[in-house]
Order: sequence, then structure tokens, then C-alpha cells
Amino acid sequence: MPETVIQVKNLGKKYILSHQDNRGTKTLRETITNSAKSLSHKLIKPSGKSAFNSNREEFWALKDVSFEIEQGECIGVIGRNGAGKSTLLKILSRITEPTKGQVSIQGRIASLLEVGTGFHPELSGRENIYLNGAILGMSKVEIKRKFDEIVAFAEIDKFLDTPVKRYSSGMYVRLAFAVAAHLEPEILIVDEVLAVGDSAFQKKCLGKMGDVATKEGRTVLFVSHSMQAIAQLTHRCILLSQGNVQFDGRTDKAVHLYLNSDKPPEEAAYYQAPPEKTGNHVAWMRVHTSDEGGVHFWGEPIVFEFALTIVQPHESLWFSFQVINELDQSVCIFWFDKSNAPFYRQSGTFILRCEIPKFRLYMGSYTLRTWFSQRRGSTLLENLRNVCSFEVSMYKREREEYEWERDECVYLEDAVWQVVESD
Amino acid sequence: MNNKPLKHPMPAKLTIEAGRTEKQYWQDLWRYRELFYFLSWRDILVRYKQTTIGIAWALIRPFLTMVVFTIVFGNLAKLPSGGIPYPILVFAAMLPWQFFANSLSECSNSLISNSNLISKVYFPRLIVPASAAIVSFVDFMISGMIMLGLMAWYNFVPDWRILTLPLFIAIAFAAAMGAGLWMAALNVEYRDFRYIVPFIVQFGLYISPVGFTSNIVPEQWRLLYSLNPMVGVIDGFRWAILGGSTEIYMPGFLLSLSLVVLVFITGIWYFRKMERTFADVI
Repeated sequence: MPETVIQVKNLGKKYILSHQDNRGTKTLRETITNSAKSLSHKLIKPSGKSAFNSNREEFWALKDVSFEIEQGECIGVIGRNGAGKSTLLKILSRITEPTKGQVSIQGRIASLLEVGTGFHPELSGRENIYLNGAILGMSKVEIKRKFDEIVAFAEIDKFLDTPVKRYSSGMYVRLAFAVAAHLEPEILIVDEVLAVGDSAFQKKCLGKMGDVATKEGRTVLFVSHSMQAIAQLTHRCILLSQGNVQFDGRTDKAVHLYLNSDKPPEEAAYYQAPPEKTGNHVAWMRVHTSDEGGVHFWGEPIVFEFALTIVQPHESLWFSFQVINELDQSVCIFWFDKSNAPFYRQSGTFILRCEIPKFRLYMGSYTLRTWFSQRRGSTLLENLRNVCSFEVSMYKREREEYEWERDECVYLEDAVWQVVESD
Repeated sequence: MNNKPLKHPMPAKLTIEAGRTEKQYWQDLWRYRELFYFLSWRDILVRYKQTTIGIAWALIRPFLTMVVFTIVFGNLAKLPSGGIPYPILVFAAMLPWQFFANSLSECSNSLISNSNLISKVYFPRLIVPASAAIVSFVDFMISGMIMLGLMAWYNFVPDWRILTLPLFIAIAFAAAMGAGLWMAALNVEYRDFRYIVPFIVQFGLYISPVGFTSNIVPEQWRLLYSLNPMVGVIDGFRWAILGGSTEIYMPGFLLSLSLVVLVFITGIWYFRKMERTFADVI
């Protein structure tokens, strides 16, 4: 029977913003002068409430946040910058106190808000493993037991006795993550640590995190801006927005909401040329996705529209576009192939529509790259990159046996399967 | 990885809310004792890395200061020493003073220099200044060896009073920690204290009886002089180490002692009070 391990009730955290001084720390002089001023203010106008605090403003980084997490769950926390994710994690890991509300936690909690916290550059790799382990809450015996495993995971055995200040940044990060990955708390809080290292190492980290959650039955709270990592690791997400829980439920729904909330609807999957553009150019383009906000469900028809402003008609004008995935690889290319179009001879603005009856690209984020050129004389008129971003989701195409995972493939073909008994 | 069930029994429920309980804090302090050990170990290890003569620095600095003080106060100013070799007289005071001065500066900077830890990991913050004080204590033990060397050199044999020395060490520790906690907590919020502390340390060396005995202070001023808590500590050290003719001025010592206790207790109180906001303001 799953047990509730984290229970958060009406959690709130207030910060005082002082407009006079942005550095965060006060100096003694300011405090003294401020208290002197407010004292004189009270003497002059004893009844009035202190109007003096006008340069201070309350800011609720979190307000009325409530949720429960059961043992063994792997939960994603997403939200824009400033939505309160880090504050939430800081409260859960007891770095800072809430202003109101209550959190009950059952089990040993370890938080990984940054890899390599407390690494000392002068100390050797070996020494830093012990130090960092202790900081993250491991006992000396535990570190000793895991020492070889950590070294093997980090692949630094040759440099164990070199001061870490001489490490390459890759080695540093590997070592830091290796220590953290071998923590054995019942609850693990991870913030954005996977945004480091090369992609092979990121993959290794993600795999390790997945193991921690699924095989070892620990509870993991995972904060990231990478929707890919979130989708891969978690089934449930808490979407924070301006200190509130905007949504709490299935990851794909939460990611969908997050991506939609991220950009105003008219901006998604749309490009508008800047007004100073001259000559033959793309005036605007739009991707008509099956769902609003630039989200397209796999297998639905999709329409790409391009408005070309033609100032100098020419019969060798050529237009094509590519769909680019997150790894900056072109997945497909489409080109305008009509032999007679009005803009070969005529100026004006013309809209090219490109419809794909069944869009089969696998889930992920895509952008467009356009090529507008004049074949004769091989002049490239305009080359737009990273425009019209849109998202493909597998939302409507459930696969019950296994959840969809990122990077399973690039595109998904219709298939007809048959079983024939062999003789 | 291992699939065996978690061997830790589910610990008691932890509740986080504004103004959490005191009891939990002291339990945590115990649970994090290994971190305490590792932080001190780190600071000691780091201290003399990439130095050629390493730990010898801990001997050279107090030794040279002692030589200078002996020449200035003993040979040039010809201050009375009561028949005790002047180097020993100076060094018996130098030990607690250096310990106090070092741990005060280390404590007051400890939170700032560990700010990355404080804003990223939870542990009872009291560990940070305490481990800084421990590091100074190690230095103190090392310079204690100079004391032994001086005693051997001058054929100076202490009497039974030396056995009371741990008591005075404890008082010195309390004085250093108490002041250090105040400074550390204040430093987090008001960086002014970064400049105040070196000043206190420099100034304190001259208003404390390090280069001279407190006997040369006129009788009517002695009680006032004992308002400096280090006067009691240093007199105590001299009394315990030098033995023989040294006398302790009781009213003054008690005054210093009670001030030390006061500073120590309020230091912990203030530190605990400010601790909750460290991560937010540091």
C-alpha cells in the first residue's frame, strides 16, 4: 500500500523586497538610519501606521501550495522562471523556512540543488568524495562502502589524487554527479542538475535518475526546464505558476499546459517578418497545428502557410522549407514544385499552402528553416532559421503497454502486422 | 544497483513549519556530527596545501610574535615579570590570545565563505562556526608545542596548577565561540563586521595583557580592566602554567568569567534566532 511521504499544506513563503537596496544584504548604516527615521516618524505622528515602509514590498514566492506525494512516485515540478520552483525545493530540503503552512515528511530527505556543492578546488578527488558525501548527508561508513562504485561511475580513477582544480570541467561534473547519484535517501530532490555535461553524460545521468525512481522505489522530486527530461522521468507533474499550483496531474497534460502558457497563443507556430524587410521575402508564416498553441497531435493533418512578398518577380524563384528537430537536424524537406505560379511574373503578396494529410513526426519540438532563393545566378534571398516552433504530442495516440518515451524514433509509420503460421 | 529493501527504518515524521521546534535542532546537530568533523578536516587540510613548509607556519607565526613582544616589552620597556623568564610569560598569554583572535576571525567569516553550502544544503548552521573554531583549536595545540619547548629551554617546571589548564582552555573556547557566533550572524546581514573584526583583533592585542602582566595595571582600575573577558582568560592561563608566585585577581577573574558566559549564551541565542533567515539574506 503506498504511503504518503510528503504532505504539503497551504505552504507560503514571503520575501521582503527592498527597493532601495538591491544587493540583498544591508549595511549597518542603513539599518541605523532607517530605524532612526522610523523612530522620529513615530514621534511626530504616533497614531499613523508606518507609511515609511513604502520602499519595502512584500512578495509571496509561494502561496497556498498544497499537494501530497506517495512513496515511490517520481514527480516533476515545472514552471517558468520565478514560478516558485526553487523556493519550494528550498523549503522541502529545509534550507529556508516557510512563512506559513506546514510540510510533513516521512523519511530521510536529500536534496541536490546543484552538483558539486561544497567541492573544494584544493582537495583531491578522493578527499572531495568524502567531503561532498558528508555534506549531502552520507555517513563515513556509507561513503567508504560506495567509494569504488562512485569512482567507476565518474570514470576518474587515474586522477583520484589530483586536486579537483586541475580537473577538466567534464571530469568535475562527472565526479560531482557520481557522488550525488549514490546517495540513498528515501526522498531525493533534484534541481536542474542534468543541464550539465555532454549529451552522452546527460543520458547516463537520466538513466541513473530513472533507476533511482523505478528500480529502487525511492521518491524523487525533479525540477527541470527540459521538458524532454521531465517527460522521460516522470508520470506526474506539478505545474507552478506565480507561486500557485496551476496543475497537478499527468505529465503530458502538464507539459502541454506549460508549453501553452509559455507563449501567447498568437505567437506560437507563427512568424512575422520585421517591418524593415525589403526585397523578395517571407512576410509571415504559420503552422496550423491540430491543437491550439502550437501543439500538434501525431497523425493529424497539418498545414504550413507562407506568405511571400514579391517585389521583383522572377521565373526561377525557388522556395523550400525544412522541419528541424531539437538536435538541430533536418527531419524533412518540402519544396514548392508548381511550374507556373503567378509570382514568377507578377509582384504582390502570395500565400503558399502546404498540407500534409498525415503528419507522422514523432513527439518533440520542431522549428522551421526556410530557403528562398533564385536558382538562376544561385542567389540565396532569405534563409530563416529557428522560426515557427511547434510541438508534436502523442497525446491522442495512447500506447497502453508502454508509455511513449522521447527519442524512441524520429517518425512513426503506419504499419500492418500479420501473423502467418509457418509450415 | 541493489534492489534490496531500504535498511533504514522509517524515521519519525519530520514537520516543517514557520518557527520549528528547538528540540529537533539539537537532535540534528548530533545527527550531523560527521559533517562537523569533515568541515574541520577540510579546513585543516586546505590550510597548508601548496605551501612548502606546511604546518610549520603554525609554529613560526606565534614564535616570532613572542620574540618581538619579549624584546619590546621585556628588554626595551623593561616591564616586570616577577622572576619568570619573559618569553614564557609572553607565550603563556600568547596561546589563549592567538586562539581567541584566530577563532574569532575564522568564525566571523565562516558563514560567508561557506555561503554556497548554506544556500544549497540543509544542516544545523551552528556546525560552520564551530568547526572554524576547532581549526583554530588545532593551531592552538600545535603552538602549545612551542610552550613545551620554551619550558624545556628555560628548565621551567610547572606545578600542580597546570592540571587546571583544560578549564581555562574551555573558558577561552567559550569566549571565542560566543564572540564568534555574534560576529558570524551579524556578518551575514551586515557586511560591515568584516571590517570590524580585524580591528577588534588588532586592538584587543594591546588592551589585553599579552605583552605584560595585568599586575602592572593600577589596583583601582583592575576591575574595570577585567571587563575585557580575555583578561580573565589570560590571567587564568598564566596562573595555571606559570604557577609559583603568580596570583589571580579573583573579583576581576569572576567578572571576566561571567562576561564570557554571558557572551557565549547570548551568542548562541542570537545565532539561533538569525539562523532561519541565513539562506535568504546571505
